[in-house]
Amino acid sequence: MTETARLPEVEVSLTVNGERVTRRIEPRMTLVDFLRLELELTGSHVGCEHGVCGACTVRVDDEIVRGCLMFAVQADGTNVVTIEGLADGGSEDDLLEAFRERNAVQCGFCTPGMVMTASDLLARYPSASRDEIREFLSGNYCRCTGYQAIVDAIEKVSQSRAGGGR
Amino acid sequence: MSDQVSDQGGLTIHDRPNSYIGRGVPRPNARRLIHGRGTFTDDIKLPRMVHVAYVRSPFAHADILSIDTSAAEAAPGVVAVVTGAEFAKRITPWEGVLTHLQGMRSPPQYPLAVDRARWQGEPVVAVVAETRAQAEDAIELVQIDWKELPAATDMMRAMDADAPVIHPEYGNNLCWERNVDVGDVDAAYASAAAVVEDSFVFSRHTGVTLEPRVIVADYNAGEEKLTVYHATQGPHMIHAILSKHLDLPEHCVRIVCKDVGGAFGIKVHTYGDEIGAAVLSVMLKRPVKFAADRLESFTSDIHARDHRIEGKMAVDKDGRITALEIDDITGIGPYSMYPRSSGIELNQVLNLAGGSYDIGSYRARGRVVFQNKPLMCQYRAVGHPIATMLTEALVEKAAQASGIDVLEFRQRNLMADDDYPRNTVSGVPLEKLSHHAALAKLTGMIDYDGLRKDQAASREKGVYRGIGFASMIEVTSPSPAFYGVGGAPISAQDGTTVRLDAKGNVIVSSSVTEQGQGAESMLAQIAATAVGVDMANVRIITGDTEMTPYGGGTWASRGTGIAGEATVRAGRALREQVLEVAGIMLQSDAGSLDIRAGKIVDADTGNERMDLAEVGRVVYYRGDTLPKDYQAELVATRHYVPKAYPFAFTNGIHCCHLEVDTDTGIVKILGYWVVEDCGTVINPLLVDDQVRGGVVQGIGGALYEECIYSPEGQLLNGNLADYLVPMAFEMPDIEVGHVSTPTADSELGAKGAGEAGTAGAPAAITNAINDALMPLNARLTINPMTPERILNAIGKV
Ligand code: FES
Ligand code: FES
Repeated sequence: MTETARLPEVEVSLTVNGERVTRRIEPRMTLVDFLRLELELTGSHVGCEHGVCGACTVRVDDEIVRGCLMFAVQADGTNVVTIEGLADGGSEDDLLEAFRERNAVQCGFCTPGMVMTASDLLARYPSASRDEIREFLSGNYCRCTGYQAIVDAIEKVSQSRAGGGR
Repeated sequence: MSDQVSDQGGLTIHDRPNSYIGRGVPRPNARRLIHGRGTFTDDIKLPRMVHVAYVRSPFAHADILSIDTSAAEAAPGVVAVVTGAEFAKRITPWEGVLTHLQGMRSPPQYPLAVDRARWQGEPVVAVVAETRAQAEDAIELVQIDWKELPAATDMMRAMDADAPVIHPEYGNNLCWERNVDVGDVDAAYASAAAVVEDSFVFSRHTGVTLEPRVIVADYNAGEEKLTVYHATQGPHMIHAILSKHLDLPEHCVRIVCKDVGGAFGIKVHTYGDEIGAAVLSVMLKRPVKFAADRLESFTSDIHARDHRIEGKMAVDKDGRITALEIDDITGIGPYSMYPRSSGIELNQVLNLAGGSYDIGSYRARGRVVFQNKPLMCQYRAVGHPIATMLTEALVEKAAQASGIDVLEFRQRNLMADDDYPRNTVSGVPLEKLSHHAALAKLTGMIDYDGLRKDQAASREKGVYRGIGFASMIEVTSPSPAFYGVGGAPISAQDGTTVRLDAKGNVIVSSSVTEQGQGAESMLAQIAATAVGVDMANVRIITGDTEMTPYGGGTWASRGTGIAGEATVRAGRALREQVLEVAGIMLQSDAGSLDIRAGKIVDADTGNERMDLAEVGRVVYYRGDTLPKDYQAELVATRHYVPKAYPFAFTNGIHCCHLEVDTDTGIVKILGYWVVEDCGTVINPLLVDDQVRGGVVQGIGGALYEECIYSPEGQLLNGNLADYLVPMAFEMPDIEVGHVSTPTADSELGAKGAGEAGTAGAPAAITNAINDALMPLNARLTINPMTPERILNAIGKV
């Protein structure tokens, strides 16, 4: 740990929620710490720091990733979208609204990661069944809801998008 | 006029027009959480803020011979390195005993270990640095010379003559013992048609709030004031504790609780690492943040359960339960947790066992013992899953011994719905429950005969399916009998202030807190209904000891029953104030007016007379137009504390249908149903999801969750990859039904609903697994029922 601590700072440049940002950081800084500490985008949460809970999920280019498992330097040159960007972007309003209406949020700590994952799921598998939704969410822990409300909300969006109700 | 106003006041909250009571409206605070715009305590960044990380004991029991902090002090970014001995000079220790748990003992505890560490993970040295990473780097440089001591880790051996004694001054490891003896248990055994017995093991598990514990303490030396941002369930409790032990006057301490990422009872205790951050802030005169990481959560958050119980039940020839006997031992770590004590879970087990049934006699012994493991204390559904599982497992065993179907057996033995008020066999008063109505409702939701037929047909094919039930009672809305009488600074009351702003909006501040249950929605729905405005015109303030009335906070399913009632009363008082002014302005009797959808209307006709904003305008800007001898008030505070009963008990029944794969030991839940009676339901959407979330936590305890320790007291699975929690894929859809028996103790009639799911699930699942495995002569009475334990029970490994 102290060895990595001595590595000199490096410069990273990337696009986050549509804005170009450049910072000098320690190479050991994770992407989620970079977003939270350097850019003050605190919507991405840290629940485990070892890649299990999914609270830190963000989009890097076309993939959702765990922000705690990626170093910020690895995101150099990429296009990152966080929950703040997704919420302001307008393209997922039906998903956000379905979470609200169905009470698919209790404490809200898992929720940004859940929404990022749900958005990816709906893009990849627009007509996923309940079981498939549950399986896709298996990398996102929620300790409060018991998951049912989250599955309901995603299922509803999938159905209304399929029916052109978007 | 005042007569007529009190007539108006005679209408209850249930008679209000445009009521939000019973409506599944979305929570007003949900959107910002969904949009990533919440403020969790770790999101807070203050000027000059520094970060503390702790060196923690690597041993379960060891003497600290010496500490060398010099290398750490010299590390980049380090601001201070402080040992436990230095903390001990700056703070008075606490003792986690409640005086009404007679004979309980626990020695003084300091925030950090002083000269001996007593569990693996106990904080020993604090390192403060400019960044968390620097603090973590520097803790590696603290040199401690340890002398490892024999550890008392196995609670079953903690009372042996040769066990290491953790607090030598006590002579042994006993913290507290309680005995109950009601009726003649021995006579019941002598005349019984059958006596059934089981040994139960409830493993240690923990809460795993997705947001780990976190605190930011900010001492302003100029003001001599400590402001603490804390992820907590009880701001006023931690306020009293910090004030007392840091020796700061109460009015010089403020607790601010922003969004809390799950609590479940984990965030309502006195943790040395959190108190340590407050001490450091006073020492350094600058803000100090402590945020536990997941690895330290596992060894420093409270753990729960860890009970071993011998249980015995007698039935007579008519299939009636005549006796219940239990002997419970629980290991709580080296100290009793302050200020709630670690005796409450065992106390609840003894109070709640057999609590749904008409039983003639009851004998119980409970022993709470010290051991070298993390402190054990109150986690969601405290004691309930244990009491419910041991009772319900014995009930189904007794039904089988009597040759009676398990539902028929319950019908014979559950307390009659028309036989209240009465006491449980352990002596706890019950106002009114609905076991038979709940059972009838449940049987309407499931196809019991169909499930039994499917079970029989599946068995022919070598597929093992089971159906298990659990009737349960649930402690909610506790009175001061829970903690206050034992001397703890824990309020049983709550208060709500409701005021009208100049534009006719309603600002509500309340002493309860929000951790996701929907407390703010509950408050908004009640306040909007009581005053007569749209929910969109209500703003809720919680979680600030300087901005809200004094009260207990959110734990033990008390928010709706207690703060909800205070809000009914405060809302009505504001409505009366508004109507008094409106009566003067409109030259009408106040009693002939009402507030509906934000307008002053004629109560009889509903005809609109004036906008609420006009009342605000005149009172706040044009008081000169009101009579000279009249002063308007547009703010009211009301409090409520339950007095008639020590607890507002609720009841419910669970049913689980599952399949056990006898090759892999894996359990698949096929269906899950719950009927809950929590009295008046304010928001069915929120109540049902409370029940579901609770069931899933109960499923975690029943099937997956366990803190596994080595004999030396080392946690072997202290990370989220090895400690399993329920994931989306394994969880079933859960169907929730309701029976409603409002409490007559309050106008609102609401009781709590947060514990019910967790209380009943382990019992229903255990019974369903044993029902499935009956043809294989296998029986499990250990939680969690892991695949390995299941295969073991059926003799496959
Ligand atoms: S914080 Fe990244 S997966 Fe848990
Ligand atoms: S809502 Fe609390 S962890 Fe999911």
